[in-house]
Amino acid sequence: MVTLPPRAARPFSFFRAHAPVHVSHRPAPPAIVWMPAALAALLALLPLAYLVMRAANAGAGFWSHLLRAKTLEIVVNSLVLAGAVSLATVVIAVPLAWLTTRTDLPGRRAWATLGALPLVIPSYVGALALVAALGPKGTLQGWLEPLGIERLPSIYGFWGSWLALTLFSYPYVLLSVRAALRGLDPGMEEAARSLGHGPWRTFLATTLPQLRPAIAAGALLSALYTLGDFGVVALLRYDAFTRAMYVQYRSALDRSSAAGLALLLVAITLGLLVVESRVRGNDILHRLGSGAARKARPVPLGRWKIPATVFCATIVLLALGIPVLVLGGWFIRALRQGAALDGLTGAAFHSLTIGLWTALAATLLALPVAILAARFPGPLGAIAERVAYLGYALPGIVVALAFVSIGVRTPFHQTLALLVLACVVRFLPEAVGANRLSLLQVSPRMEEAARGLGETAAGAARRVLMPLAGPGMLAGAALVLLTTMKELPVTLLLAPTGYDTLAIEIWTAANDAAYGRAAAPALLLILLSAIPTLLLVARDREQVAR
Amino acid sequence: MTLTAFSAGAERSRDNPALALEIAGLGKCFAAMPVVHDLAIQVRTGELMALLGPSGCGKTTTLRLIAGFEEPDTGTIRIGGRTVADAAGQSRKVEPPERRRVGMVFQDYALFPHLSVARNVAFGLPRGERDRDARVAAALAAVGLSGMAQRMPDQLSGGQQQRVALARALAPNPDLILLDEPFSNLDAELRVSVREEVREILRAAGATAVLVTHDQEEALSLADRVAVMFDGEIVQTGSPEELYHRPATREVGAFVGDAQFLPAEASGRRASCELGDVPLAVPATGAVDIMLRPEQIRLIPATEASEPNATVQSRLFFGHDQVLTLALDSGGTVRARVGAYGGIRPGDRVQTAIRGAALAFPRAG
Repeated sequence: MVTLPPRAARPFSFFRAHAPVHVSHRPAPPAIVWMPAALAALLALLPLAYLVMRAANAGAGFWSHLLRAKTLEIVVNSLVLAGAVSLATVVIAVPLAWLTTRTDLPGRRAWATLGALPLVIPSYVGALALVAALGPKGTLQGWLEPLGIERLPSIYGFWGSWLALTLFSYPYVLLSVRAALRGLDPGMEEAARSLGHGPWRTFLATTLPQLRPAIAAGALLSALYTLGDFGVVALLRYDAFTRAMYVQYRSALDRSSAAGLALLLVAITLGLLVVESRVRGNDILHRLGSGAARKARPVPLGRWKIPATVFCATIVLLALGIPVLVLGGWFIRALRQGAALDGLTGAAFHSLTIGLWTALAATLLALPVAILAARFPGPLGAIAERVAYLGYALPGIVVALAFVSIGVRTPFHQTLALLVLACVVRFLPEAVGANRLSLLQVSPRMEEAARGLGETAAGAARRVLMPLAGPGMLAGAALVLLTTMKELPVTLLLAPTGYDTLAIEIWTAANDAAYGRAAAPALLLILLSAIPTLLLVARDREQVAR
Repeated sequence: MTLTAFSAGAERSRDNPALALEIAGLGKCFAAMPVVHDLAIQVRTGELMALLGPSGCGKTTTLRLIAGFEEPDTGTIRIGGRTVADAAGQSRKVEPPERRRVGMVFQDYALFPHLSVARNVAFGLPRGERDRDARVAAALAAVGLSGMAQRMPDQLSGGQQQRVALARALAPNPDLILLDEPFSNLDAELRVSVREEVREILRAAGATAVLVTHDQEEALSLADRVAVMFDGEIVQTGSPEELYHRPATREVGAFVGDAQFLPAEASGRRASCELGDVPLAVPATGAVDIMLRPEQIRLIPATEASEPNATVQSRLFFGHDQVLTLALDSGGTVRARVGAYGGIRPGDRVQTAIRGAALAFPRAG
């Protein structure tokens, strides 16, 4: 079924490795836990249920509409783009991962951090930077105009989308492969060398096969990212699923055919997720046998140092440097004209409001699901957890369309409440994941110890569980806050008229080619998104250092 | 156990206030698999009882049933004369753990990582009590950690964490202390010294304790009495000496120590086997297997040996003693645990003798 993207789920090791843990056999969960968990699961099911009902109730026209040639074109467009992007990400990320983990590349820690950072650039901001740099009225054209060049090859369409999505999703492959490289037993390579294989044959015969699951998992993640992404294909006008749905919804207000496309996309996404979990299920290729793992000796690059550095620098410049420099340039230009900060505070305040409400609601709603999953192992918890993770399989535009259509018939149409609700459904998986992990890191023995010392169940939760799991839950809430602030399609379709957020500011300015106006909110969003990633990288390093 | 036997047990405890823990007819199933079956244990006040069994025998489940972390399917549990769990009659009653006045020391100690040592120890004391600080100080002094009150748990060594866990369990002055494999997380070297410390602390506190372990050496050296548990049932309860010298079954005999069984022909107080004539601890007749511990086989010094009957086949040298495998001239082999001195080498001819009496069991198979 649906699974989380790989996330470091390390077992709790506060004191030392737990000796054979006594399996807890607990009574059925109390109503105060399972009832709200069931509510959360129902809410998470709402968009999909709506789409299915819509399709089931639609007449014959629905199916003929769905089966026309245009649909096939959209499917092919989307799959070709996803395939091309995941191929390109592998080509970029595997060498980058190897260079930054296994060689003596100068400054490889810095390259490792910088290489992962493009993950923080929201895709539509990246697309905006690309358009602002290479599009009509963009930076490059501005430089070339005095030379008499009036027109550039168009950035719109397949190649622009491919470039943007590759540059902003290769970190998925990078992180996955880096983790696998770190887990490899250097003893295996040494064994291959001592059995008479040269360095290249060793890499091809022992290292690469062990990386294959990680490469496949990362490539699938970037394919999923490509399929679900709205910002890039919409801004760069490439007819993939998400843009086609949006166009149909906007132009014809044709909900049925948009719903049909949405169902088709969800089916493809779910299929890929199943493949992904299969691939990841088999990757127990770490060290067999006991003994502490040794650190691998770095491979000396010799005269390849310079080409390797150029390679890393090129990737980082394209994926990170260009967006920041181009947007920075436009920001300074707008600042000179005195129009850079127009509406910025209002939009930031709106984004923050939506983010805070979503973080609060998602965390509260996720708590019973997490408790059920972490403390009452059984079918009920498993089902609730899986359903809550459904959000990962639903692209943002799908959630947005479903809630728009549901909302029209309710008094919540055009309200902040509906927008927050849709965001909660979209980001519930993040909150459930963080809460569950925080709870799992507290051994049930802790609560039992408190009970044994005379504390009630509620008292044990207050005095022991909350102090220990609270910080992790708070971090999860912060993550939801930031992801919500970056979110585009749900906000775009559901924000009440006039309630402009940072994302909407960027979207409208980019569409008007008013790059100066978009620069300030875009830079602010990049800055905000970089914070949790930098924290994550810092923690990652700490763990490596240990 | 029948119902009458169970109610007779219940009667006895009412007459006997010296029982700190009384369990009768206790049963627990997980997913239709019985883990604990018809279990009965009695622990006297001030006694240290070890529950000894191989892993998976249900001993930890028993401990968790006593503490109240699991609910029994059948049976009763009485602590200090109060019934804390009764799944026998119609009036089913199960007290939650916080009302049982039981202190638990967990295998991984389960110290609260966010609280200092002093606040860990104070956790179970009623808030607002006037002499709370004094009781914390007394509990820490009892375990020899007076200077550590402000440390955090992760700043302590394994042995110190162990003692904090013990102080935390002792501080509320519970009727019963439960220890779940308390030494399994310690290095072999530390284990012996901590074991002795823990026993002295429990003695000094006058505490009644039940200790769960799979290590027979630990059970025999620590406990006043040992209950041996196989497959969810108690097979024998007794003093360490009783268990070691008079095991009720071959399995108990083999579990609590190194045992070897030799076929023999018994007639009353004596039996004859490959090693010759052996005195029996308990009279028996007919075809039996006798149990001989390796240290019961003695070697007569070569100078005095008049008629050697075995050849030394191999030798495991431990320092404080050694175990020899002897090939008997009659065909079989036996192991003998003898002193480390004397320079015996494989290939030497020796003569055996028996020390003490053997125990006869019905012939296996």
